[in-house]
Amino acid sequence: MNASLPPSPLSDAQRQQIDALARELNEQQLDWVQGYLAGYRAAQQSAGAAPSATQPQGAKLTVLFGSQTGNAETLAERLTEQARAKGLEVECLDMNDFPVRRLKKEQRLAIISSTHGEGDPPDNALGLHEYLHGRKAPKLPQLQYAVLSLGDSSYEHFCQTGIDFDERLAALGGKRLTKRVDCDVDFDEPADQWITALLDQLSSEQPGGEPGPSPTTPPASVSQPQSQYDRKHPFSAPLLDRVRLNGRGSGKSVHHIELSLEDSGLSYTPGDSLGVYAQNDPRLVEQLLAQAGLDGEQIVTLKDESLTLAQALQHHLELTRLTPPTVQQWAKLSESSELHTLTENKRELIQWLHGRDLLDLLQSFPIEGLDAQTLVDHLRRLPPRLYSIASSQAAVEDEVHLTVAAVRYEQREREREGVGSTWLADRLTLDDNAPVFIDRNKNFRLPENGETPIVMIGPGTGIAPFRAFMQEREALEQPGKNWLFFGDRRFRTDFLYQREWLQWRKQGLLHRLDVAFSRDGPEKVYVQHRIREAGGELWRWLEEGAHVYVCGDANAMAPDVHEALIDVVASQGHRSRENAEQYLREMTRDKRYQRDVY
Amino acid sequence: MSESLPEAEQIKRESRYLRGSLRESLADKATGALREEDTHLSKFHGLYQQDDRDLREERRQQKLEPHFQFMLRLRLPGGVVTPQQWWGLDRIADEYADGSLRLTTRQTFQFHRVFKEDLPSLIQDLDVLGLDSRGACGDVNRNVVTNVNPHLSASHQTVYEAAVQISERLNWRSAAYEEVWLNQPAKQTDDEEEPFYTHRYLPRKFKVAIALPPHNDCDVLANDIGLIAIEENGKVIGYNIAVGGGMGMTYGDRATYPRLATPVGFVPADQVVDACEAIVAIQRDHGCRTNRAHARFKYTLDDHGLDWFKEQFAQVHGQPLEDLRDYTLTDSGDRFGWTEDDKGFHHLTLCIPSGRIRDFEHLKLRTALHDIAKIHSGEFRITCNQNLIIARVSAEERAAIQERVDHYALDDGSRSTPLARNAISCVAFPTCGLAMAESERYLPELTGKIHALMEAAGIGQDTIHLRVSGCPNGCARPYLGEIALTGKAPGKYNLFLGADTGGQRLNRLYRENIDESQILTDLKPLLERYAQEREADEGFGDFLYRDGVLSAHAGSEDFHQPLIAQG
Repeated sequence: MNASLPPSPLSDAQRQQIDALARELNEQQLDWVQGYLAGYRAAQQSAGAAPSATQPQGAKLTVLFGSQTGNAETLAERLTEQARAKGLEVECLDMNDFPVRRLKKEQRLAIISSTHGEGDPPDNALGLHEYLHGRKAPKLPQLQYAVLSLGDSSYEHFCQTGIDFDERLAALGGKRLTKRVDCDVDFDEPADQWITALLDQLSSEQPGGEPGPSPTTPPASVSQPQSQYDRKHPFSAPLLDRVRLNGRGSGKSVHHIELSLEDSGLSYTPGDSLGVYAQNDPRLVEQLLAQAGLDGEQIVTLKDESLTLAQALQHHLELTRLTPPTVQQWAKLSESSELHTLTENKRELIQWLHGRDLLDLLQSFPIEGLDAQTLVDHLRRLPPRLYSIASSQAAVEDEVHLTVAAVRYEQREREREGVGSTWLADRLTLDDNAPVFIDRNKNFRLPENGETPIVMIGPGTGIAPFRAFMQEREALEQPGKNWLFFGDRRFRTDFLYQREWLQWRKQGLLHRLDVAFSRDGPEKVYVQHRIREAGGELWRWLEEGAHVYVCGDANAMAPDVHEALIDVVASQGHRSRENAEQYLREMTRDKRYQRDVY
Repeated sequence: MSESLPEAEQIKRESRYLRGSLRESLADKATGALREEDTHLSKFHGLYQQDDRDLREERRQQKLEPHFQFMLRLRLPGGVVTPQQWWGLDRIADEYADGSLRLTTRQTFQFHRVFKEDLPSLIQDLDVLGLDSRGACGDVNRNVVTNVNPHLSASHQTVYEAAVQISERLNWRSAAYEEVWLNQPAKQTDDEEEPFYTHRYLPRKFKVAIALPPHNDCDVLANDIGLIAIEENGKVIGYNIAVGGGMGMTYGDRATYPRLATPVGFVPADQVVDACEAIVAIQRDHGCRTNRAHARFKYTLDDHGLDWFKEQFAQVHGQPLEDLRDYTLTDSGDRFGWTEDDKGFHHLTLCIPSGRIRDFEHLKLRTALHDIAKIHSGEFRITCNQNLIIARVSAEERAAIQERVDHYALDDGSRSTPLARNAISCVAFPTCGLAMAESERYLPELTGKIHALMEAAGIGQDTIHLRVSGCPNGCARPYLGEIALTGKAPGKYNLFLGADTGGQRLNRLYRENIDESQILTDLKPLLERYAQEREADEGFGDFLYRDGVLSAHAGSEDFHQPLIAQG
């Protein structure tokens, strides 16, 4: 587009850049840029002069996100951008960076939070969650708020953290701007509806109509090169290489997978995850069709898209994991009183669901005359699988590497498989592409200062991001000390990337390497044992300012490691347990103790 | 000066008498390997670091280190163990190794596929059995071997005792063995620790053997020192000394060659240990330290000459060698089956193919020998041909042992072809790091095919000495085989022909770098001619010389020059 304008004060290069940008933008984006430029100017003016420049009307909106994987953060940014485009003054913060005492003064607050395995808050939401539920929590009669919660309905405590925030803020006197929305893994649509509802409510309350945009600093994302590919528009990444990392005789099947991001414009930082849209096993699809007595070739509609039932089942719908909503809806279709009874008690239902999939449901509770569209309508969308990236672009450039444990087990006389892991490990061929996107994780980052020592605790596939860290530190020639704790079942077959770790140690880049293998000896030894054994030196590293990273299993490993760290701080630092816990909380607050657990 | 020394020479000198950082290496749980320097030192303690070569490439792709494991060799002068020790070794094979015991051409046991973390326990268990691995490998005197001749038990006992005394005298002494393996506290090291070897040890390995004529099953002339016992009136009165034997060579390096020991003189029986020490001292002080391929005693002798050696000996030993006595060596093979000695004891020599004692699918060899050890009150003797003697069986016990031999279908020489039971092979793939081609795993197939040729020629029941080594270094003593193969590459061998059966003439390189079909094609007409034209009792190697297929060596370079050119 070439609008007719007065003579431009821009250089040719600047003019080309802005023209190029303008051509790419849709209407909504153009609105936002317009607001952004006005706001940017206002901020520059107010920075030097008295703060008397145009103040926006209405109270500022504070957006807080509590995020383990980055989805909540992505949505918080989406809300922030749209709010700015509407001319609202808005500030977006990681919950961890939000000073809790400010809560008393907040007038408009939006909270977007995910939930951890057993209904626990993500690490960066722990502080605020604890404060709100503690004795020091203030009355909040001035507060208007809205909560968006993210979760996975296959877990018992679905969206629990969001529910906690919502109910607690109400209990403390806050008023809801809009109704809380609990999103399942397929969160985009309900989240967008919540954002629209919230912004509509705020605009309608805005005195004096639409004011100019707010003078806040530009969001970080503007300065980053953006790719056209994202969660909604995944990039088809060709598979470059795949090798099983476990030696012969191992009971485990962990694969190293290399994908190409060439020409995608996608970039990632060590600590980020890769989202992968996997496919179901066609054999399972066939079994399902046979069980339901349906023809895979008939056409169904999925979000306005027409496709065959078989395609829908293989590519778009979750088959291997059942969720309470699916079963509850199934119960409505079904005549079975047993199923009705089952759905009445959520705890029992969750237990029943454990290890069962759609085929089990169809077998146990068949529905007479079930038609294809009804089946499709009752299923959850197949969510993307997230894998911690095991490479650094400083070393591998256009590639992205993953460390994927193939999930396989037998239950009720049937071989069952994890969708994403077995698709990547077995079914994806070298001619295939994997639809991927980058899932940023700002809460799992190398220290900004390359001289800062780091301690990496990553048993099993938890080792993935640490390979990325080491590649990054090696490529950037960062002199900080590095220490790895790794554990798995057997030393000779399950030491993931052993050659590379030994090579880094030989080069002097890896300063210490402690390993624990649980099935080699009579005693089961885990990383937490090695952490305690190395307590003296570990404490010295902590006191030198080392950052500690934990990646891997959230259920057993992460709490055990946390306990071991408390023990080390208490015994080596001569502190009480409470004091040691405080020490680790401060480390978390200072981003020196970061976890990526799943 | 020391800058020009090879790495191995530097490492032992700086090792604080073989301690190095072995303890730290053992404590490192992140790798199954030792530190690079320690892999040289571990040899002095009887261990070779190896890896499973079948898995090497696969594990490289899997980003795993090689499948590191160790071969541990015992020091066992004369190759004798008691039944109690046998049980202990049998249990160790199960607990720490791959479930097999390997009898070697140096009359000892090897354990294979031992993991680093199990080494200390293994060596501690050996210690409890009164056994050790000190000096079984490395640049020191190795296991002292003797031939086994149960017919002459009094002289044999003398020879055996001499072997033990020589082994003890020439063993290394520092406390490194006890500190690293037996949990003894580390002490200050000082020069008194190693009075004979000092911190330099020897330039290369050193081997001593004792033969009791007329038998030569220890291939006495293949050793740095070959002692040939001389008897008078049924008593050993002294030894002829032969010096400078050695099998190893390097392909393409014409300065390297196998050499038979040269008999140089006689020493009385009571001087034999001192004489050996004097000879080792000459090698210690004059052997080449700058080039390991030239560091064996044979090269020291060829560099300086035998007259120089005799002068040195007279000086170091304090008296000169006496004149050689007459002797005859007839046969380097084992005598299978039962024999009875002059004291009424019975001895059973069993054929153990390639020396590998394992429970195979159709031959429960390890279980069988474990069962025999339960009822046996004598001893077990390993032969230098990788076979086993159940020795000193009383007349009463013989039947019970025979019953087990029958039950387990053990081979007393009656169940195998003469070719197979006299064949020797080294270990080679997948554990030996030096192997270029298969040996132990290939031998049964190869002997079957050569035997078929012999059978077709009508000589299937005759004995021909066949030896196969996976590399040119000589563990199977290939250069003393009537037919011998040394590995060049997977499936490719050098074919040597023409040694005698008494271990007194080396063979010659017949054709280079050939595969099995060429080997068989070459052997077929020669075996057929031998069957037709041999004289009574003439061996295959002897026939090839008489027939003119082979001619005597003109010089050591002949070992690199095939008689038949490629193609």
